[in-house]
Amino acid sequence: MSETHAQTVAYVRDTMLPPAPPPVTERGAIKWLRENLFSGPLNIVLTLIGLGILWLLVSTIGPWLSHSVWNANGMADCRKIIAETWGPDATGACFALIKHRWNQFVFGFYPAALYWRPVLAFGLLFLALAPVLFSESRRARRIVLALATVLSFAIALVLGAPMPALAGMALLMLAWAVLIEIRPAWALLASLVYPLLAVWLLWGGSLWSEIAVLAGFGIGFGVWRAGARFGLFAVAAAAVVAVLWWLFLAGPVAAALAGMLPLRLQPVSSDQFGGFVLSITIGVAGIALSLPLGIVLALARRSDLPVIKLLAVMFIEFIRGVPLITLLFVASLLLNYFLPPGTSFDIILRVIIMVTLFAAAYMAEVIRGGLAALPKGQYEAADALGLDYWKAQRLIVLPQALKISIPGIVSTFIGMFKDTTLVVFVGLFDPLKAMADTIRASFEWKGAYWEPYIFVGSIFFILCFGMSRYSMYLERRLKRDHR
Amino acid sequence: MKHTALFGSVTALALAASGAMAAEGDTLKEVKSRGVLNCGVNTGLIGFAAPDANGNWSGFDVAFCKAVAAAVLGDPAKVKYVPTTGQTRFTALSSGEVDLLARNSTWTFQRDTDLKLDFIGVNYYDGQGFMVRKDLGVSSAKELEGATICIQTGTTTELNLADYFKANNMTYQPVNIDSNAEGEQQYMAGACDAYTTDASGLAATRASFADPENHIILPEIISKEPLGPAVRHGDNNWGDIARWTLFALIAAEEYGVTSANIEELAKSSTNPEVQRLLGTTDELGKMIGLDAEWAKRAIKASGNYGEIFAATIGEQTPIGLARGLNAQWTQGGLMYAMPFR
Repeated sequence: MSETHAQTVAYVRDTMLPPAPPPVTERGAIKWLRENLFSGPLNIVLTLIGLGILWLLVSTIGPWLSHSVWNANGMADCRKIIAETWGPDATGACFALIKHRWNQFVFGFYPAALYWRPVLAFGLLFLALAPVLFSESRRARRIVLALATVLSFAIALVLGAPMPALAGMALLMLAWAVLIEIRPAWALLASLVYPLLAVWLLWGGSLWSEIAVLAGFGIGFGVWRAGARFGLFAVAAAAVVAVLWWLFLAGPVAAALAGMLPLRLQPVSSDQFGGFVLSITIGVAGIALSLPLGIVLALARRSDLPVIKLLAVMFIEFIRGVPLITLLFVASLLLNYFLPPGTSFDIILRVIIMVTLFAAAYMAEVIRGGLAALPKGQYEAADALGLDYWKAQRLIVLPQALKISIPGIVSTFIGMFKDTTLVVFVGLFDPLKAMADTIRASFEWKGAYWEPYIFVGSIFFILCFGMSRYSMYLERRLKRDHR
Repeated sequence: MKHTALFGSVTALALAASGAMAAEGDTLKEVKSRGVLNCGVNTGLIGFAAPDANGNWSGFDVAFCKAVAAAVLGDPAKVKYVPTTGQTRFTALSSGEVDLLARNSTWTFQRDTDLKLDFIGVNYYDGQGFMVRKDLGVSSAKELEGATICIQTGTTTELNLADYFKANNMTYQPVNIDSNAEGEQQYMAGACDAYTTDASGLAATRASFADPENHIILPEIISKEPLGPAVRHGDNNWGDIARWTLFALIAAEEYGVTSANIEELAKSSTNPEVQRLLGTTDELGKMIGLDAEWAKRAIKASGNYGEIFAATIGEQTPIGLARGLNAQWTQGGLMYAMPFR
């Protein structure tokens, strides 16, 4: 066979060619560039324009950023340092301003000796959130707990908190972390108490008034349990009793208890708040309150009861139809016309209420979107199982609807957090504009412009990006892959 | 039925509102029972009002708040500074959020009447000017034909600018800005040929530049900007207290009463006007519901008018303003306190 073949074919290759690398244009960076940046005339032009803009940005901002000064006593000093180091015509950023007024950007006018209190409140926030946010992953939760505890303790130590405060902090945070580890269910209760604890830490005063507020919930719960078989009537009675307690009894009882055992922290008034402490306080309160309110509004808007539906629609459409600044002006100025003279209703509280109502209206629509996306079969299945309305919502509808709405919910949160800078218009010291303008109004730092914006913008970016990454993590965690 | 309920609630709201306003007749009593003076100030204007790194306010307007608090409450520290923006300042005053507004606000007809404020005097005579780069080659505002001008919105300066250019038959291109800092930035970046605001603000801005020698403030002052503290309509006694506190500060400078020699003069001065001012003879304080030494405390708080001026915006400070129109009438200025008699 082979001989025949040898005679009929003149030449047969008996060795394979060695494999050659692909041509230069079809591999590596050149291929990537050709395919992605220079694949056609339009893309070539766009790429060149993009490069031009990039070069422009880098060549103008680059030197300014690289000539930044971190240690100076004022703008004049800073300019002198830049001129000495990089020549007389060099421009540079004066980040020394950030270093010099760092405390003010973060804490506003909060008394320096009490800085540990907002730090502790912020650290405890993560302890309170960890069991809720990271209920699915023990490892992530442990990392968050450890980081929050260690970091807030270290920051308080650096800021010079007094010894008893440090000891109390360490004890409280460790006890809480251990509680989360061994009794997650109880830790959820502790998370519910957190808002009152935070209010006490931030504003100070007597702890008994917070406890009296808490007792109102306990009393209401007790009344409801005692009369649970009367259904809605028990709920109404519980609400009435709780409100009566808060209106008439809570104050005197708290005062009497404070007389026996004073659990007092030095009070800090709202006008001393500012900077990121203010933004985060308003932001966290608004986020925590607007989610439940938004869920209730969304359910109310889909309710079969015309009155409830009408009220929900009116509320949502009214709030969404009005700019947030209008609501803030109403809170800060118009309310005073209607309140009796001499009453002062805390300005931060007023702002929190308005921001919450505003965010809740948007939240309601986001969640309504989630509810509408749920197949009708899910509602029918809940009915078929014989579940009543609340059980059906709690066990079947809401868990799915909320999961669908996570991206929308988090983007509402992020938007709301950034909107907290609007409080500048009612005379509160937000970090972005009011605090920056205030610092510019001092003799030392007049003339600085971009530095505070860049700094505050970066911090906002970190916080908002964090929220966004968390929502993506949560989406992955909750993915059940049924579509 | 529905309408009745609606009208009923509207009436109730209106009544509540008018009740609230009527009851605001006695600001002095309210301030005394509260123990703190709520003073509306700028959110931050160099030299006039700004908090330092520890949150302690200081400045020309702040000194007036301190003087009133010292006169009324006996302690210059008993002031709660309420920062107000250009948009909220007058509403904050008329809604009762603040008792007194000391926020470099221009006294105008409309604000005095329509907005129902009472300006109690003038603590700084300002006027609007222009700043340009030297290399623009302009030496008078009359040469600014067709220029782009940075102008803060919502202020009287915006209206003055339009009036001035109209009166001189010139055109300009406004570049609207929101705050002083933004104006400086736009001007430095070359977005506008000229920057216009109150002359005091221009001086402070120019002083903060890296190259003040390359910028000039044009000689024309195109408007009158009498800046003064204001109170609400409807409480004349409170207005009197604020007005005469300001006069006390101005009179003290005229008679040579300073924070240093005040104790000594209170005991030994033979000038009858000084004796009446400091409460050594006569009890002027009683007539406005205060005690005899009210003016003495007000002057002691941060010194007399001249001392306050020198310490906050005067020639020794980085702002470096000359007294000019704000000198005593005896020195050719406009500061003229009514007689204490």
